[in-house]
Amino acid sequence: MVDSKHQWKAWLYLAPAIVLLLVFTVWPILNTVRLAFLNNYNSLAAVNQEEVVTFTFGIENFRKVFNYDGFIIALRNTAVLTIVTVPVSTLLALLIAVALNSIKPLQKFFQTIFFLPYVTNSIAIGMVFAAMFNRVGVGKLITSHGIVNNIIMFFGGESINWINAGSDLVPNMIVLIIYIIWNALPFKILVLLGGLQSVNKQYYEAAKVDSTPRWRVFTKITVPLLSPMIAYVVITGFIGGFKEYSSIVGIFGDQMGPPGAKGSLNTIVGMIYDVLPKQDYGLASAAALVLFAIIFVVTMINMQVSKKRVHY
Amino acid sequence: MHMKIVLENLTKIFPSRNKKSGEEVVAVNNFNFTIPDGKLIGLLGPSGCGKSTTLYMISGLQKPSSGKIFFGEDDVTELSTENRGIGLVFQNYALYPHMTVKQNILFPLQNLRGKDKMTKEAMLARAYEAARLVQIDELMDRKPSELSGGQQQRVAIARALVKMPRVLLLDEPLSNLDARLRLQTREEIRRIQKETGITTVFVTHDQEEAMSISDMIVVMKLGVVQQIGEPQKVYDDPANLFVAKFLGTPPINVFSGKVKDGKLFIGEDCVLDVPGVEDQEVIVGIRPEGFILDENGPMHCKPTNVEVMGRDVSIVSTSDASLNPLVRSIINADNNNVNIASGVVRYALKPHKVFLFNKETEERIVIGEVK
Repeated sequence: MVDSKHQWKAWLYLAPAIVLLLVFTVWPILNTVRLAFLNNYNSLAAVNQEEVVTFTFGIENFRKVFNYDGFIIALRNTAVLTIVTVPVSTLLALLIAVALNSIKPLQKFFQTIFFLPYVTNSIAIGMVFAAMFNRVGVGKLITSHGIVNNIIMFFGGESINWINAGSDLVPNMIVLIIYIIWNALPFKILVLLGGLQSVNKQYYEAAKVDSTPRWRVFTKITVPLLSPMIAYVVITGFIGGFKEYSSIVGIFGDQMGPPGAKGSLNTIVGMIYDVLPKQDYGLASAAALVLFAIIFVVTMINMQVSKKRVHY
Repeated sequence: MHMKIVLENLTKIFPSRNKKSGEEVVAVNNFNFTIPDGKLIGLLGPSGCGKSTTLYMISGLQKPSSGKIFFGEDDVTELSTENRGIGLVFQNYALYPHMTVKQNILFPLQNLRGKDKMTKEAMLARAYEAARLVQIDELMDRKPSELSGGQQQRVAIARALVKMPRVLLLDEPLSNLDARLRLQTREEIRRIQKETGITTVFVTHDQEEAMSISDMIVVMKLGVVQQIGEPQKVYDDPANLFVAKFLGTPPINVFSGKVKDGKLFIGEDCVLDVPGVEDQEVIVGIRPEGFILDENGPMHCKPTNVEVMGRDVSIVSTSDASLNPLVRSIINADNNNVNIASGVVRYALKPHKVFLFNKETEERIVIGEVK
């Protein structure tokens, strides 16, 4: 413990960080809560201080959120993307991490390759994905195909309208899911590989002595010993999933949907960004709080589940 | 079911870590030994002597650089660990931390496939049988973290025994236990080995541990076997200075001496007749229990203090000829009439507790019989 006489020094050293946090994090959060519960808030009126501000507290904004045109679609898209991508990417990351951990030559090389998406701008990756799934032209006038459709046609399939005008929700979602999973892999692989490398090798030697089949080693030893790391990537994965936004912008642009279907792929964060330019800060704040509540509840459920599943 | 283990010219060479210097490390050098069926063998030596490497080669977790290993008549040199049918107890037990004691013990049985596959009831019965053997059947639903070191050790032994291995290997099985528990557990290991009759090899750096429970001990140094034999025989008849020094607590006293005309001199004292030994400079080893207090004894030392140990006393003294800083003799407490103030203590020697070693090779010089 710091001597109480010298505590002011400690506070002095902490001051820059505390001031910045108060101004740019704590105050905005408190303000968001305030705005969310102010009915008919008008920012211009607030700034000009015309007359006495007469906003009343209430839940009008939340009603607006739930009645908002496109809220249900945003909620559905967010939920589907999260629920599909988190388990799949976690499982893939686990398999890749185990594979990486078991090879000796080129391990660092492959580690770097798998980590590349992490250091690449997600909008840029989105544009590349858009090009890969692209198809130019309509009907008989299709002039060129992206690499994905080329591959499908090479194997005798028919080219699919993944993301262009007139494309359906299912192909749209498939492209998004592939993109999000691929984008989520590096961080998960990194965490799981780190966990694997800290597992005592003697457990594997003991398993070997006991003639344990490979699959059993994986399910009965590796996964339980990694369970704290798995819980960590799942929980952070869910949190990240509910905040999904930039991946859709990366592929479909800020229309949040293929041409002609604006907003069909919107998410909750996307919806918040939608209403901000309309000066409806109350609605945006309320939507942010709704998102916070969802993430909070899901994280609590996750923690409860992992308490039972995470060993030691 | 059980069988002898034959080690034939077993050698393990580790390549140098630094490729430029290119110096290899010979961990085990040309080890030849037939471990008799159903015996308990202690591999003994200081750290780095190759005892653990030998054990891991028997287990198959390490591959020998050359030489062969047989279990009974089967050459298992190329056989992988999984197929050797061994039980191995690791130094830190390597119990799976997320499984209960029961799950840990059941684990090897659940791995059995094909014709060896067992029913759930049979597995449970076997697990409880193994647990009872090591007296942990009360703890079956605990996790390893809820057990004491000694209990974890028993679980590890039960896990190794449950599949009825052809060979049981123990790597420093007692090193993580406190002194009291160590004493108790080594008796336990002895009892379990006797009851099961499984050929057992264990590794230790503690000579007392090895001597107390082994049928035979193998003393190793820098990868080379120094001596193999029954513990008492090795103690009473060491092949060289290293073995003599390594066995026995308190350790053997070592003096520089010389032999002249069939008589052994330590300093100026003519301490013993050594017929049949040529005149030469020698290293003399005298066991602490080889001294007899005798006012007219031929050997003298300068006593510094007396350590009381209950039944015995240990007289600590110095001698100019001693190669160790102190000379330690163990005398029955009843005969303790040493006067430290007098500055001298005189001893007679028990001839069979005195060993001569060549000054250069440190090999034993056998004192001939008087004819």
